[in-house]
Amino acid sequence: MHLHKYEKVWLVFGLGSLVLFLLIIGFAAFWKGTHPQSHIETIDPQNVEANESFQPENLGLTEVADGKYVVNMVASAFNYDFGKEDDGTATKTIRVPKGSTVLFQITSKDVVHGFQVAGTNVNMMVEPGHISRFEAVMKNSGEFTVVCNEYCGIGHHLMFGTVEVY
Amino acid sequence: MELFNFSKKESRLYMAFMHVTFISLLVGGLMGLLQTLVRSGKYTLPFNIDYYTILTTHGVVLGLVLTTFFIVGFQFSLMGKTVGISGKQLKWGWISFWVMLVGTVLSAWMILTGEASVLYTFYTPLRAHPVFYIGLAMVIIGSWIAAFVNFRQLYVWKKAHKGEKSPLLAFMVVINMIMWVVASLGVAYSVVVLILPWSLGYVATVNVLLTRTLFWYFGHPLVYFWLLPAYMAWYAIIPKIIGGKLFSDSLARLAFILLLMFSIPVGFHHQLTEPGIDPTWKFIQVVLTFMVVIPSLMTAFSLFATFEITGRKKGYTSLFGWFKKLPWKDVRFLAPFVGMAAFIPGGAGGIINASHQVNSLVHNTIWITGHFHLTVATTVILTFFGIAYWLIPHLTGRRLTPRLNKLGIIQTFIWAIGMTIMSTSMHIQGLIGGPRRSAFSEYAGGDQVSTWISYQLSQAVGGTILFIGILLMFYIFIQLAFFAPRGYEEYPIAEEEPDAEKTPKILENWYLWIGITIALILFAYTIPMIDIIKHSPPGSIPFDWPIGRS
Ligand code: HEM
Ligand SMILES: [Cu+2]
Ligand SMILES: [Cu+2]
Repeated sequence: MHLHKYEKVWLVFGLGSLVLFLLIIGFAAFWKGTHPQSHIETIDPQNVEANESFQPENLGLTEVADGKYVVNMVASAFNYDFGKEDDGTATKTIRVPKGSTVLFQITSKDVVHGFQVAGTNVNMMVEPGHISRFEAVMKNSGEFTVVCNEYCGIGHHLMFGTVEVY
Repeated sequence: MELFNFSKKESRLYMAFMHVTFISLLVGGLMGLLQTLVRSGKYTLPFNIDYYTILTTHGVVLGLVLTTFFIVGFQFSLMGKTVGISGKQLKWGWISFWVMLVGTVLSAWMILTGEASVLYTFYTPLRAHPVFYIGLAMVIIGSWIAAFVNFRQLYVWKKAHKGEKSPLLAFMVVINMIMWVVASLGVAYSVVVLILPWSLGYVATVNVLLTRTLFWYFGHPLVYFWLLPAYMAWYAIIPKIIGGKLFSDSLARLAFILLLMFSIPVGFHHQLTEPGIDPTWKFIQVVLTFMVVIPSLMTAFSLFATFEITGRKKGYTSLFGWFKKLPWKDVRFLAPFVGMAAFIPGGAGGIINASHQVNSLVHNTIWITGHFHLTVATTVILTFFGIAYWLIPHLTGRRLTPRLNKLGIIQTFIWAIGMTIMSTSMHIQGLIGGPRRSAFSEYAGGDQVSTWISYQLSQAVGGTILFIGILLMFYIFIQLAFFAPRGYEEYPIAEEEPDAEKTPKILENWYLWIGITIALILFAYTIPMIDIIKHSPPGSIPFDWPIGRS
């Protein structure tokens, strides 16, 4: 097939940029390990307590090492369960110091939800039957709104939380 | 090139599809306006109507109904023009129309009675009324009937024209319909085999991840199904409108073949933040996604080459002088051109969305909504409007008068302005984290949320301008269909240069291209599908109450 000369130049230039681009994201993914979340780990959505991380007393923030935290959460229509405060009321805000490494772990008891710490790349689909995990370094201080960003029903816009980095 | 003239009976079939298209535009557009008003925080829907009911209506009516009806009708007309349609095929054309229409009405009925507020993606385990799924399945089945009529049309023509190459537009239609059938098999299987029995209560649980994966196996090619008819117009119709010739028949065919091959095995780029899918396979599909860059660059080159060659032939020699010579005052050219221009930021946004890691920042934020209102709701829709300006009068035996042409130009500007405002504010709001598919909410009331609200206000401004554009377009449609003066409007199809290079035969080797397409799909999906099924969790029971069904 005949290709015009300028077209060849154009395609070579375009393909070159494409290869470079793919090399960069491939490098980031496989050498730096920055894949989006993917944990092929299942759970019974009707019995999430069977998994230790999602037992009521283990929900919420735990410091596992110096500057390292785990947050366990259970999503359901239309609420994020972040565990309880010492006085027994439901936790609404997760507070972590600036610069800490936080592993977010979440699963759903009913329908599909989202978990996004707005304005960051902590962004996961939360699906019944699966455990979603994402580890992030909280580099900036401030109050971040957690939004459910997958439609989960008529209360979808009422499902949120807060992460405070101090 | 031999072109067929339409009989009255034929025109009536093609027009039937156009009527549904423009009624959908009006209904869906109204929903879009209401959405932006609700999200501005200054307006509440009357009669207790739920936001998600109108959002479902908007997505289904504009994303699935308008597009499918326009495309099937337009493609029928392309086939009728280039290879002809027989009496029997015409009859099947009508059957496809009625199956699609009855399906649409059934689904619409369920949505409007609040039994199916599941959005056009109908993710399980939210459960809509079974009739909603049956309606959607009928829309797809109707479109398959149309596809098989198109295949048959080309086959009959080929038999009568042994050894000749098929007309370019007929070739393109067949490519688009092959892609459509192969892709919609996934969603049809999901709806008929997995979801319907479960929604009827015959099966207790459903595999959520599997239905989502099958949806996106279809959902990405769906956007190419919208885009390819626009490409048909850009490659083979616009050159004629600007007074030029086809740039290269073989280049156009090759681009369509590449689009067929790289449109399907890429659905994972919609599921990058999903648990349960291996990251390596996600990455592989990301790479396959980007292969679409090749035909896109070919298309861009060929379009601008046509513009330049045509302008220069008309005597403009300076570097960009030919640009001025283009028929800017002809809405048949202007509307699609503005669509092409919107595809530049639209495509750039697509590269961001599909990027393995960057996706995390924008996934399911309203940035995505901004993105597809540029690509589908501007690029594709303005090209469809550009087609309608000549197709409808051609079918109804009327003329696009200078007054209607002028109104069309105003319409194009209104759309461009409204969409720039709406989509830019959606993109920005998305970057700070504003979620998509959400009614108005102040959440915890933090700083982020207060900035969202100002962008939601500007979306309402853009949405209002857009709706004015929709009203104007509907008026133009009614004029062209019923009131414009009688006369003849050309069906513009570009011809090849007399000394054009011969198109290689291999481009019409269907076995080869369909074979490669299937091989790529099997490569990209077999192992992850086995994974998904083997490592599947206990299934999910249905949930009715979250969508307001008691
Ligand atoms: C008057 C013009 C339009 C306005 C004001 C408008 C407005 C909107 C808004 C605000 C949303 C997002 C709602 C949300 O996420 O909560 C939306 C979603 C959507 N729009 Fe439009 N739109 C218009 C035209 C179109 C057109 C022409 C198409 C397609 C051809 C289209 C297709 C869609 C689709 C598929 C969705 C996604 C629905 C979903 O996420 O379930 N829109 N539109
Ligand atoms: Cu939710
Ligand atoms: Cu939600």
